[in-house]
Order: sequence, then C-alpha cells, then structure tokens
Amino acid sequence: MKRAGFDAIVIGGGHNGLVNAAYLGRAGLRVLVLERRHLVGGAAVTEEVFPGFKYSVCSYVVSLLRPEIIRDLDLPACGLEILPLESTFTPLPNGDYLVRWADHDLTRRELYRHSPRDADAYDEFGRLMHQLAFAVKPVLGMIPPDVTSFAPSDLAGLLRLGRYVRGLGADRFHALVKLMTMSAADYLEEWFETESLKATMSASGIIGTFLGPRSPGTAYVLLHHYLGEIDGVFRAWGFARGGTGAVSNAIATAAERRGVTLRTGAAVARVITRGGRARGVVLESGEQIGARVVVSALDPKRTFLELVDPAELPGELVADIRRFRIRGSSGKVNLALSELPDFTCLPGFGPHLRGAISISPSVEYLERAYDDAKYGAFSRRPYLDIVIPSLIDPGMAPPGKHVMSIFVQYAPYQLNGGWTDARREAFGDTVIDTLSQFAPNLKSAILHRQVLTPADMEREMGLTEGNIFHGELSLHQLFSLRPATRWAQYRTPIAGYYQCGSGTHPGGGISGAPGRLGALRILKDLRQ
Amino acid sequence: MSAPFDAIVIGAGHNGLTAAAYLARAGLSVVVVEQRDVIGGATVTEEFHPGFRVDTFAHRMGPFSPRVFEDLRLRTYGLEMVWPDPARVAMADGRALSLFRDPSQTAEAIRPFSSGDAARWPAFCRTVADAARLVDAVRQSQPPRLPDPGLRDLLRLAAIGLGLRRRGKRAMAETLRLLPMSLADLLDDWFESDVLKGAVAGAGLPGLMQGPRGAGTAYALLHHLAAGEAPGGVTLVRGGTGRAAEALAGAARAAGVEIRTSAPVERIGVRSDAAVEVVLAGGEVIPARRILSSADPKRTFLTLVGPEALDPAFVRQVRHIRMRGACAKVHLALGELPRFPGIGGGDAELRGAVMVAPGLDYLERAFDDAKYGGVSERPFLEAVIPTLTDPSLAPPGRHVMSILVQYAPYHLKAGAWEAARREALGDAVVAVLAEYAPNLPAAVLHRQVLTPLDLEQRLGLTEGNIFQGEMALDQLFFMRPVPGWARYGTPVRGLYLCGAGAHPGGGVTALPGYHAARAVLRDMSAS
Amino acid sequence: MLRTTPFHSRTALLCQAQNWRRWAGCVVASSYELSHDREYWAIRSAAALLDVSPLYKYLVRGPDAARLLDRIVTRDIRRCAVGQVMYTPWCDEAGKVLDDGTITRLDEDLLRLTAAEPNLRWLHENSAGLDATIDDVSDSTAALAVQGPASRAILRDALEADLDSLRFFRATRAQVRDIPLTITRTGYTGDLGYELWFDGRHAERMWDHLIAAGQPYGLTPAGMLALDIARIEAGLILIDVDYVPARKALILARTSSPFELGLGWTVRLDKGYFVGQRALRAEQARPPTWQLRGLEIEWDALERLYAEAGLPVELPAAAWRTSVPVYAGDEQVGYATSGCWSPLLKQYIALAHVRAPHTAPGTSLAMEVTVEHRRRRAPARVRELPFFNPERKRA
Repeated sequence: MKRAGFDAIVIGGGHNGLVNAAYLGRAGLRVLVLERRHLVGGAAVTEEVFPGFKYSVCSYVVSLLRPEIIRDLDLPACGLEILPLESTFTPLPNGDYLVRWADHDLTRRELYRHSPRDADAYDEFGRLMHQLAFAVKPVLGMIPPDVTSFAPSDLAGLLRLGRYVRGLGADRFHALVKLMTMSAADYLEEWFETESLKATMSASGIIGTFLGPRSPGTAYVLLHHYLGEIDGVFRAWGFARGGTGAVSNAIATAAERRGVTLRTGAAVARVITRGGRARGVVLESGEQIGARVVVSALDPKRTFLELVDPAELPGELVADIRRFRIRGSSGKVNLALSELPDFTCLPGFGPHLRGAISISPSVEYLERAYDDAKYGAFSRRPYLDIVIPSLIDPGMAPPGKHVMSIFVQYAPYQLNGGWTDARREAFGDTVIDTLSQFAPNLKSAILHRQVLTPADMEREMGLTEGNIFHGELSLHQLFSLRPATRWAQYRTPIAGYYQCGSGTHPGGGISGAPGRLGALRILKDLRQ
Repeated sequence: MSAPFDAIVIGAGHNGLTAAAYLARAGLSVVVVEQRDVIGGATVTEEFHPGFRVDTFAHRMGPFSPRVFEDLRLRTYGLEMVWPDPARVAMADGRALSLFRDPSQTAEAIRPFSSGDAARWPAFCRTVADAARLVDAVRQSQPPRLPDPGLRDLLRLAAIGLGLRRRGKRAMAETLRLLPMSLADLLDDWFESDVLKGAVAGAGLPGLMQGPRGAGTAYALLHHLAAGEAPGGVTLVRGGTGRAAEALAGAARAAGVEIRTSAPVERIGVRSDAAVEVVLAGGEVIPARRILSSADPKRTFLTLVGPEALDPAFVRQVRHIRMRGACAKVHLALGELPRFPGIGGGDAELRGAVMVAPGLDYLERAFDDAKYGGVSERPFLEAVIPTLTDPSLAPPGRHVMSILVQYAPYHLKAGAWEAARREALGDAVVAVLAEYAPNLPAAVLHRQVLTPLDLEQRLGLTEGNIFQGEMALDQLFFMRPVPGWARYGTPVRGLYLCGAGAHPGGGVTALPGYHAARAVLRDMSAS
Repeated sequence: MLRTTPFHSRTALLCQAQNWRRWAGCVVASSYELSHDREYWAIRSAAALLDVSPLYKYLVRGPDAARLLDRIVTRDIRRCAVGQVMYTPWCDEAGKVLDDGTITRLDEDLLRLTAAEPNLRWLHENSAGLDATIDDVSDSTAALAVQGPASRAILRDALEADLDSLRFFRATRAQVRDIPLTITRTGYTGDLGYELWFDGRHAERMWDHLIAAGQPYGLTPAGMLALDIARIEAGLILIDVDYVPARKALILARTSSPFELGLGWTVRLDKGYFVGQRALRAEQARPPTWQLRGLEIEWDALERLYAEAGLPVELPAAAWRTSVPVYAGDEQVGYATSGCWSPLLKQYIALAHVRAPHTAPGTSLAMEVTVEHRRRRAPARVRELPFFNPERKRA
C-alpha cells in the first residue's frame, strides 16, 4: 500500500540517482525518482535505435561499479550480469598490432615481441598499480572532508586522511603523488618504450577529459584499470548483458523492490524551497510534489544554477559552480553492421574482436588529436575506443549481424561555428574513415549509423556541455574540491537539498559511488 | 696531501656561493670549485661583443631571499636590486599592456582592453597574493619528511596550514584550488581579454616545458612572486645578475671561503658509502669531510658520483627527473633603443620585461611546436634591456637586449642544434620583435644566440634546463629532486645537493643553497 | 597460443597423461606416464631426462660482465673462475630476495645467468656505467637436465666430453656430432646430475640422441611432479612456493632475506657494492628471526592421529605447495610451504619457515594435518637440510 507523500525525491533516474534512491528506500524512506525521459538510466541506457539492433547509446562499458553496491542491493538477483571484456587490441598503421590479452603469459609474449624490456616492466607496473589501487580504495569510498572547516567531523576526516597517508608508507605515497600530478605520457615514459603500448594505456587517462596524454593530471586514471581487478569480481572492463541499460534496469528493479516509486516522463522544473529548506519539486507540467528531502543526480550546473534560484545560494558557491569546468570532449558513433570488421593487420575472426579495439597507435597521435580540440575543431584523426557488444552478448543484434560502439575523442562541445547536422555527419565520416584505414570492409558493412556529438548528449541525456563525467576530472575538481570546496559532502546550502551525481566525489564512470555516498550522507543527517 | 676541508662546494653559482658563505660563517673551512674561469654559474654578466655586457643566462632575479640578503650583508658587497615599474609590458595587436606594481594602476592599463577585467584585476591580485604567501612560506622552510613527518615537521606544516586558514575560508579554498591548476584555466576563470591572459601567463611560463594549458602552471606564476608582489613582478640587478654572484662571492670570501675557478670536477670520490673527496679534471684530489654539489642532480649522481655505487631504485629516480630544456637566449647589441609604437610611456616603460605573449592560444601553439620536437615558429619572448637600468653595460648611447626565447626544445625531433639552426632561431626572434619594433633589425650591431645545447655545454646544465629539473607538480617540495631525498642529504653520506635541483627549485633565490647549508649544520650538530 | 619448449614435438608424443602445467609462460609436462612414480625413481636409481628450457637465461658479455653480475647477486662473482658455476640469490635494495639461480662463467668476459623470473629489466637497470651487453637467450637456448646415478655413464657414452674430471658446480664445453653445447654439473634434484645447454635449433636431434644413448641405462623422461619430490628431499627452495620474491610481495612481511632462507652462506658482505648490501650488513648484525628448516613428521604419532579416525595414514601422492601452520605447543611459530612423502626416505617431510628460538635441529614442533576433515597437529622434528644428500652428488 502506497501512502501519499514522499520522504525523498530523487531528480534524475541515471544510475547514480537510482542507486541513491535504492539506498534511501532500503533504509525505509518513501522515495520517488523523477526521470525526464521515457526510460530510466540517464547516460547508461540501452535503446533499440534501429529494429533489432540495441545500442548502449552513451556509456558502453562497466568497470567500476562498486561491489558493495552489487551486494547491498543484490543486483544479480535483479538481473545484473557483467561479462568480461578480456583484451585490448590496437591495430597499427605499419601493419602490425598490439594486443593485451586476459592471460598474463599471452600478454607477456605479445609485449615481448615489441620490446623484451617492456614485457618485464609491464609485470612490475601491474603490480605497482595493483598496490596503489588497493591503497586508494578507501579514499574512493570516503566522504571528502571540508578542509577549510574546523568542525569536529571535518577535522576527524582530515585526521583519518592523515593517518591513511601515513599508513601508505613512503614508496606508495610517493608513487601516488606522482600518479596524481603527472601526465599519463610522462608517467608511462618512465616504464615503457613501445609507443603503441604507452599510447593505448595513456588513452584510458584521457577518456572524458579535455586533456591530452601529455597534460599533467592524466596519470591517475591509469589506476582505474586495476581497481576492478582488485575486487576479484570483474576484470578490468566488463560489459553488461543487455547493454549498460541493463545495469540501470537492475538498479531500478532493486530500488522498486525496496519500495521506491519510479516516474518517467516527469521533467522537474525546479526545487521548491521555503525558509532555506527544500520542500519538494515542481514538474514542468506544473504538478507539485512535496518531500522533506530532495536529491539532485544532475550535474552541478543544473543542480545549483537551474533547479534552484542561484539567489538563494551563497555568491561564492554560485561563482564556483559557474567556473566549474564541464567541457564535453567526446562523441559516440553506434553502428549496425552486416558483418564483422576485418582488420588488415590481424585478418578474419578472432578473439581480438571480443575485447576493446583501440585506435591509439602513438602518444603523438593522441596528442595531436587533442591539439585539434584545443582550438575548437574535432580531431582530424581521433582516438577511438571500440567494442562489438554483439560478440559478447548476441542478443544485442539480429543473428549474424552486429552492433559496434565507437567512443570518439576529441569532439569539443564548443566547436568553432557550433554543431550542425552537416558537422555531425562530417564528424561521423571522420570516424568511419579513421577506422576504415585499419578495417577496409567497414564501410560496406554499415547498415545504420548513429552519431552523437556532445551537443546531442546535452540535448538527449541532459549532460551539460555533453560532459560524460558531469565535470572534468582535473586535479582542482576532485575530492574535497568536487564540485566546490565546502560543498563536496553531498549537501548544499539549502537544507534538505542534496547532490549525488557524478559531479560529486569520486566522479564519473558507472561506479554508483556518488549515489551511494550521497545516500549515506542523507541518512546520517536524518538520524541527527 | 693536504688536510681535508670541512666542506667542498661544487659550482660557484648563486646557490653554491650562498651555501659556502653560510658554512664558513659557521666556522667551517670551505672551498668552492668552479669549472668556468668566471664565477656566477647561471647568474653571470659577460661581454658578448666588445663594449657590450649582458646576463648570459638569468636576466632577472627570482624572489631573492631577503634573509640571505640581510644575513650576508649583500648590499655592502655591491648587490643593488631594482624593481622596474611597470614590471612587464606585453605587446599585442599594435597596442601594449603594462603590468604595474600597483594593482589599481594596472587596472587602468587593462581598461582599454576590457573594463570587466580591469574591475576584476585587484581581486585577482589578492587571490594570487594569498596563494603566493603560502608558496612563500613553503619556500622558506625545508621540505617535511612525508608521509611520516616528525613532530617538528608536523608543527611547521600545521603552522603553514593555519596561516593559510587565518586568511579566511574563502582564501584557503581559493588557494587550494589554484595550486594544481593550469594558467589557462585560472585566467579563463577571471578574465576575457586574451592580451591580459597572455601577459600574465607569460610571467609564469619561462623555463617550463609546458604550455599555459598544462596543469600545475598556475603554481609557476606564484613561484616567481615574492610575498605580497603583484602578478608579473620583475626584479633586476643594477649591472646585471652577475653582480649578485659577485656580492655573494664577496661575502663568502670575507667569511674565509676559498674560491677556485677553472677547476672542473671530474668525479666525486666515494668510499664505503661516504663522499670523501673531489677529483678535478687535471687529476688533483681534494679531500673533504663533506661535499655540497650545486650541479644538477643528474650530473651529480650519474656523472660525478657514477651509478655503480648507488642503489638501482635511486638511480632510476634520478634518471626519471624530467629536465627537458625549453628555452634559448638571444642577446642583441643595439645601436639605438628599439621603438615600440604600441607603447606610449616612453623609455621608462621598457625598463622591466618586454613580452611577446599576445594570448593564450599564441603561447599554447608555441608550445605545440616544441611538444613534437620543433622550435616554435612564433615564439614567446621575454626581453630585458638592462642598459636602461645601468647604461654602463654598453658604450654610451648604445643598448643591450637580452631575450629569453621559448620554446626551443633541447631534444629536436629532426636534426641537431647546429650553427644554421641557431642562426635561424636568432632570425626568427628578431623578425617577431620587428613586428612590434620596426627599427630593431637595423639597430642590431651584433647578435649572440645560445641554444639549450649551448646552455648545457657552457654551464653544465643537463639538457639545458635552467631550473635543474622541471618545475612540475610531481617535482616540487618533498618530491624534489627525487621522492625521499628532498632534505638536501643524499644516499651518499656526506654528499649534499645545494642547487636549484633541490627545494625550492629554480630562480635566483639563493634558497636551495641556504637550506642546504642549514641541513649540513643540522646534521653536524646531530652527530 | 602459449609458448612451447623446443622439445615439444618429442614431449607431446610421450605425454600419456596429457598432464601439462605452465612454467614461465611455457607448457611443460607434469608427468609423462599416468603416475609420476617411475619418473621419480628414475631420478634416484637410474637417470631421468628433464626439459628445463623454460628457465630464463641471460648471456652477459663484455669487460664488465662479471662486475655487472657481481653488483646484482650476493656471491662474489669476481672470484668465479672460468668453468665454474655459482648458485646465488639476488636481492632488492632492502636485502630481500628477488630471485635465485646460477651463474656460469663461460669465459673471462662471458657469463650466463639462469633465473626463475624475468630479469632483463633488472639487469639493464644495474648496468648503468658498465661496459656489458645483455642478451636474453631464454627462447633460443634449450636446456636438458640428465639427473641420477647413471647420468655420468650415459653422458660419457653420448657426448665427447671429459666428464670424469668435471667436478660439482663446474662447466665444460663439448660437442656432439655438429652440435656445440655446454655441460654443467648442476641440477635441481640433489643427486648426481648434469645440465646441457645448447641452441634450440638442435633440440630434437639432441633429445633423440640422448634417449638412444640412455636407453641401456634406463634413462626416463621425467616431468615436474617427480622433480618436485626430488627437490624437496634435496632441500632446494622454489620461488613463489617456498618464498615470495620481493617484487611480488604486497607486504613486507612476505619478503625474505637470504639469511632467512638458509642462504646466508651465499652472502659476501666484504665484496664491493651490491644491491641490498647495506640492508644485509645491518641484518647480519642481529640474529635472524626466521629460518628455513626441514620438518620430519613423526610417523608413529601421525599413524595414531589417523587411527583415532579408524583410518590408515593417507597422504597425497604428489608434493603439496600450500601454506600449513607449524606450532610449538599452542603457539604458531611458523608455516610449512611444501612437503611430500619421500618414497626413498620413507618419511613425511616438509620445508618450513620457523621463527627463532624454535629453529635448532631436533626441536619438537607440530604441523597441522587434516585427518578426516578435522584439523589435527602432527608432532614433527626440526631437521637440517637437505633431507637427502648422497655422496655421488659431489663424487
């Protein structure tokens, strides 16, 4: 029996909003999730864009979904199945290739072919990353302290952080400082000599950022690759059966089982505040819904500048949010294929097609792709991160046919002259041309093509400037500074109004961590 | 063999001389050995054309330590620092923008470019000053032992943290945010005028192998500021920066230091993990109880000590110090002053640094070239006309121009730094300047070009890096020169680093030398 | 495809058990026959032929070749004469063991290092300033071990080499037909035995030749299971099993110094700088906390434990490689890392890390055993290693 009235309203049915709602529901609150679109999932949705072909439209791989969330919400019982993506295949312009396989010995042998020393270094590097990933895990699961505050809880948080740093030991601490401050290219340069290996590894450091592999601050994302493995639950990257939308659906099911009400097609116009407190929301239809807690899973710009009247917020926070960097840098091309791509360097069908395919032949290639974007153009030769989900989950395409998901960087939101239909198609052509150089049969295999520019992502998913992480993951926008100093604890200056999107710590990717940490903060506040 | 010295200092640059002076004042017998026939290292003023003298390397001071200036009574030894006002004048689109010491004066100068920016300038100066105060506090102290600081370190860190917090929550938040930022992000936050952004970015970039979009470059802007100075501040020395070295040498000699020039060190002798002697190129052996090297860490460990007796992990760390040279110098002997039609204020306006840094994209594109191993087609320039401060540096009526050119990478992708390339660089620099001062090419009587390779060969600066190690976030403070060895001591007992490769890094500050001497004296009293 | 050894065309035909395992990224036979018993007995009573090609092998050449290796390992390589082989561990800067292997001085400025782990990067990192080149010959060099009492007679027939004067841990060059090879009197069985090193291109011919020459003497191809028992009897440690190499240890407590592994005899602190010297010098000044020791489980007591469950003693057929607690009274004072029933000694033996002061030979301890799903403690006695040390090994 549902009673009228809700304890909490979550704005935005993306994976973080759903996780947040499920945790609140689990604690016995009556929760309503309001989603603007006709389906939940936000940037983690599966849509049948062309009949029979299902796309993970935006976000396409799962790497960091927190195991505690999977356990707490019993997601496998709600239909979550994550299949491993086992290899990374980098075709090279000289007709060679580089593959990193799931099997250690096979990878070592492949690396040895390129550089015997790199084969040794790769093992040592992997071990160090493992250790560091293990070391940073507590930070990812921590509500960041307000470093400017003398409040006991914040001082305790700082103290905890201090003790934690001390416990790391000198070697790990220094390695971590280097990772946090260096560029991916410089960091990898200390280890490896094989250009394609450095490039493919550094590519993981630039995904979703408006930075190049040589930009300081890109090294630490290298760790993400090793975080998944640590948990022993997944390999580095996984693919959800049914596409990333299945992740959202599983969380939605878990939330509903905990009494959460989901409403789609319900766009929130603004949050109702009275006397400095959130009282509920107004939908675009004019409907008003009351609740004592309102949570925004939207990005910080929408959370602070659109859903509430900035005049109700401290001017400093408004200034901070206005200058919060949220430049979109990536696009997406989804293809329906009549046959698999046939790579010149490794012809025919093989296990290399079942993993990630990375167009990242050299660091300079990636850096030049970034140079184009710096000055407002999409990359003439972009970085591509490709998966063929239908090889892992045949249900994604009609039998014998395939879907291909191509993540493309760089595509600046602020394109010189702006994004138009013609530019979108030119961008799509560039992507296809780039990939066709390595797999010439691609063009003739394309049945349908969907191209998403950052402008499209903003319009369709509500991602401001098309930024997939709700804000760039640069050093001055992390941890206690995300989204703004003093407001990195999931609260806002309006009592009862909270944030839980990727614009809060620990940031983007399908981790669910901001949603969970936000919920923990809310529940703690409600108890007091 | 003679009795061992208490200390040998390798290199008579400003840091080596500072360390020597402090040790001698504490009663130690000290000898400084310098490879060149002149002292000064990177702070040296030399004749490059008959009758024309110029600062061969550094043409302005870092925020020189007031404490060292007072302790060593450098004024009495002839060091006279000059603070030109405006500190910088930046050329752009037929106009010029001057940065003055007084923010309100600068705001007026900004107004023609953007009235909004002019209004924001004073607040920007306050924000930068708050952060610079923190950087200065850190600069004045030795790096803590992290991650496990001792009580004294902890108290010092807490004091620095509280000092920051005392300026208010907002100031603290702004400073923490600012430190890891890029200059471009910082300036985009505040301003709309690309000319202004270029001018300020240009004050932070010299010596860096980074463009304005590189994270951590905002810190570099602070690094060059004395506490309380407005962004872009410039300190010159009357008579050239060589005077600073001469003054330090005077103070050192007065304290009993022996300074030997033309005494290049071939190696540092190590026995049972301890540095015991210095061997000069001629074979002469000078024994000592301890050795302070102001040579860069790569040269010190990989060449002078040699990797054989060092742990491989340490050698690996030293090898990984990034010290890619980024800049070249061009020196011009001029028959007359360059005339910049864009600059209204007359010659006085030119006393500080004249900059060609007309915008962020201009600077970033100059860096793009270097990123791939090329010389900037349209370089960023910082020029100083020292004859406006001290006319005696040139014959009467004549002038000297010292130009820092960026980017000129040490590692060229194609070819080498041979003569033709050097002259091409000189031509490009004069051509760019001529766009703003059309009379310049005709005024040039003589031209000297020093490439990063020249800097390396003349000065022994590995890869021609003027900071003895890039001033990047991962190579600062307790990470400088390498993690775990930021307190001037080294794995070789009795061997210390006292050059810019150690905290707080490059710039003519005398602080690495000062801190190193303190570390030596601390270790002596501990044992 | 995984890497196979140069003998794969031969071993694949012989491997009735289809029982393969990985060793250094190669597939090798665990046993050829359906049970490894006969292969073990060949080692001790006749001769066994073992494919040990997966070992990592590096050739270090040049005027500073010996200096380079000397800088890395704990033994004094400058004293290694041409034709001599030295067994040695090597350490990281903290004096913790990274790996162990042998160094053969093939010539004044040519040495071969064998290793269990990849060491190419480590060799390069330590070669700064030295005039030495490093070749990774792991893939190109084939290695066969001929081990057992008959090994000398077999090789005397098969090879044109003076084996009678080849002493323990010495090397000599030889030729068989057109195949040049190096013979070292070394092995991992603690028995009389030799190892042959030659170009992998000749692998199949060499195998066939040895099998033919060895047949009258009962030469038997043997796999890793038989070798594992022999090496435990010989008290020879195995990386990743009896110790965690420092590079792989997530925590300091998992690392071991040479002193703790019974390899103190290899540490020459008085030689010039080597990696870990400072730490080892400091460690030598204090008695080691841990020692690697043999444990002999007391049979009668073990029988009683089983008898209480109404069972005769049941032991695994193959050597085990798990960590098993070792007690003194109720206090855990160590852990065993590998153990087996020794078919020759008729004893249940184990290699164990034991904490001081429980390390003296003869000390009574207890090792955990699982009898019918229940954890029990079987009395065991501390023993010096090796368990088995026949005179013929050195004779």
